[in-house]
Amino acid sequence: MKALDAEVVVIGAGVVGSAIAKELSGYRLSVLMVEARPDIGDATSKANTAILHTGFDASPGSLESRLVARGYGLLRDYAGRVGIPIEDTGALLVAWDDEQLSVLPKLQAKAKANGYDATQIVDADAVYARVPALGPGALGGLLVPGESIICPWTTNLAYATEAVRAGVQLRRNWPVERIEVNDQVTTVHGPAGDMTCRWVINAAGLGADRIDAMFGYERFAIVPRKGELLVFDKSARALAPVIVLPVPSAKGKGVLISPTIFGNVMLGPTSQNITDRTDTATTVDGIEFLRRKGMSLMPELMMEEVTAMYAGLRASTQHDDFIIEADLAQRYVVAGGIRSTGLTASLAIAEHIVVLLNEAGLRLRARQDLPGPMRMPNLGEGFMRPYRDEQRIAADARYGDIVCFCERVSLGEIHDAFASDIPPVDLDGLRRRTRAVMGRCQGFYCGARVQQLLDQCAEERP
Amino acid sequence: MTARSGDLHVDVAVIGGGPAGLSAATHLRAAGVGDVLIIEREHQAGGIPRHSQHTGYGIRDLHRVLNGPAYAAELVARAEACGARILTGAMATGWSGPLSLDVTSPSGVYRVHARAVIIATGARERPRTARMVAGDRPSGVYTTGQLQNATAIWGQHPGSRAVIVGAELVSWSAVMTLRHHRCHVALMTTQYARAESYAAMTLPGRLLLGVRVATRTQVVQIIGKDRVQAVRITHLDSGKSALVPCDTVVFTGDWIADNELARAHEVAVDPTSSGIIVDAGLRTSAAGVFAIGNVVHPVDTADVAALDGVHVAAQVADYLHHQSWATAPVELQAAGALRWVSPGRIDPSGPAPARSRLLGWGSTVLRTPTITVEQGGICLSRQKLVWPMSPGRAFRMPWSILANVHPSRGPATITVA
Repeated sequence: MKALDAEVVVIGAGVVGSAIAKELSGYRLSVLMVEARPDIGDATSKANTAILHTGFDASPGSLESRLVARGYGLLRDYAGRVGIPIEDTGALLVAWDDEQLSVLPKLQAKAKANGYDATQIVDADAVYARVPALGPGALGGLLVPGESIICPWTTNLAYATEAVRAGVQLRRNWPVERIEVNDQVTTVHGPAGDMTCRWVINAAGLGADRIDAMFGYERFAIVPRKGELLVFDKSARALAPVIVLPVPSAKGKGVLISPTIFGNVMLGPTSQNITDRTDTATTVDGIEFLRRKGMSLMPELMMEEVTAMYAGLRASTQHDDFIIEADLAQRYVVAGGIRSTGLTASLAIAEHIVVLLNEAGLRLRARQDLPGPMRMPNLGEGFMRPYRDEQRIAADARYGDIVCFCERVSLGEIHDAFASDIPPVDLDGLRRRTRAVMGRCQGFYCGARVQQLLDQCAEERP
Repeated sequence: MTARSGDLHVDVAVIGGGPAGLSAATHLRAAGVGDVLIIEREHQAGGIPRHSQHTGYGIRDLHRVLNGPAYAAELVARAEACGARILTGAMATGWSGPLSLDVTSPSGVYRVHARAVIIATGARERPRTARMVAGDRPSGVYTTGQLQNATAIWGQHPGSRAVIVGAELVSWSAVMTLRHHRCHVALMTTQYARAESYAAMTLPGRLLLGVRVATRTQVVQIIGKDRVQAVRITHLDSGKSALVPCDTVVFTGDWIADNELARAHEVAVDPTSSGIIVDAGLRTSAAGVFAIGNVVHPVDTADVAALDGVHVAAQVADYLHHQSWATAPVELQAAGALRWVSPGRIDPSGPAPARSRLLGWGSTVLRTPTITVEQGGICLSRQKLVWPMSPGRAFRMPWSILANVHPSRGPATITVA
């Protein structure tokens, strides 16, 4: 029999698929990861609220609750090891009416049921003491000190990079069209070719239900829920020292105001079910809604310039929980319905899948020959960046050559991104790896030079 | 390359090597100030005119007519000939003291300690995001600055069919750039009832450039996954909307001062103009820190910015000599059709501002505007001007209208109607 292309094919290189590939790369097993889009983390994983959740408000007893709580600690440790920036800002749920105020004790009880005991109910004075820029009318709040902000792009990239370094083969621009399961071999077909494997792991995010259907299932249907967000200039950062969360109520979920790891402030998301899984356009109505919300939540914020607007699609389903199940007969595992908590839960999802595979008799054996530890380039505003690093610039002058003035991204960092294990293929990918062009001028100063660097790199690519 | 990180001590640090900063350095040296350092983050000094191929530069300051790059080169040559030092590729990233700056450059990280600092960081156009225009995020969306930088410095090409947002003075500069690159301008949109700039208000101007201007119209949505395919425009009065096919969108004008360094130092900024608040001597709210050019008044022409540089030189030299710093006593406020005014503070007994002009920005077109100055409820002067107000360009007012302002009767209000 012809050798297999890989023992396991992971479909989807978002934060969940990449975490799974990384986890599997620690075992004696060949792994292939395919991604339909031109880059890893280029769909749901790139456009979320970038919060490391404690899981205090998950449904107690659910798989999501367990994996978010477990993933929180795993990702914290991992982030420290590889240099993913995290800031411990804490969160404050703010109640704006009596109904919301009455929900706070219930939320506190729910947090306890989820194993999180550190919440604290505070009065209006304490709310304004923590976030003086809040608009008038706050009645009280619930402090959740463990909620943190994290770089979602570096997390995804770190997983995928570690996987690739450990030998996982990554194929970008590789959409899956058809899957054929035979006794011993599964063949995955796409416009870019075929690949054979023993196991398939479905981490296809917005496309997870379609892959699931290729195995004959109708377990869930993805209903993409669009969330539009506004990102404000860094001069707004002092207005939002903590994550300001809405209290879920009968009137809907509300929007949050969060500092970002890049030093900005984010307002959103909206929440709208849509049908087109590629529709990531912001809308006139969505922006108007956020503008109105912002004016009441934090009027001062609305005086600042908006430096980015984007829409993310949550891969929600008709079910409330994550759907992670193994099908021994077809040698198939699905990780579907992973919503915004997927970033926090990612490593726990991967760990959970290893357990499922072992139970299914795959008998994974740990590798002894893994490459040494790696460090990711830091994109966090609160940590040392190359433009301030005297020694780094002394060793290589390119780190002192600032290309993107607003975000202070140096030529050295851009070259590093092009020379990395998973180089960017377009401006958006470069932005996620370096922060170039994501600042307040949106390319007024550096857009042309960055484009030049991209074109140059594309020419040099084999 | 060996690192030369460390501390640098200078008399005056000028942040920004555009027309304002270069002129300031030249005239500071001419006034006998010893060590003047320009910190310029681009690889070449000269500022925005470097990207602007068309003519019309240098009229008021050099009394010559030059194109943008020639004008920029001339200002650089003059500063260097006067003995000003220009550190290019060097960006002031923050403050390490009241008059100390953190600077990053390929040759190292410096702390520049100055006896006086001049902020001359200019202004930029509001990009699409800051205007909150909805839609996809394709390529082909520019500001004039990016477009001209891309075409003039980096030899890149725009598309073939463009929509220009705005009909300000700079918008016509974008038209000329696109035309030069054989990109057809399908439409220009302005939210105003008339095109803002004079060129568009005159029949010869319109005929010469042959561009259709849609007034009271806003671009509300950008369509296209990879490359722009169309924009949706809406008429502000009728609410009617239409799709305009295009592959290029240029957001023009709607200027924001590059005020980040000022704000990081808690230097007072006018929330309406985003410009740094100065007095007639171009002093900011922070002792020893001056501000000039379009970071003060976003925006006026390059030569007017350069003349700020001339004006500030004497003020800085005087400050270095006497070391005294007083806050001008009277706050100036803008009202009526006047959105903002600079200087924002004045001393009625002090010297006049550059060119004895006040600069402001209008919110509407007025053919013969009337300026009223009030203080403490009393009307101090009323004057009809013979030049128009137009929202797409700086509105200049004579300093003499403030002749009767009293130093201790509170803020003075300038109303234009």
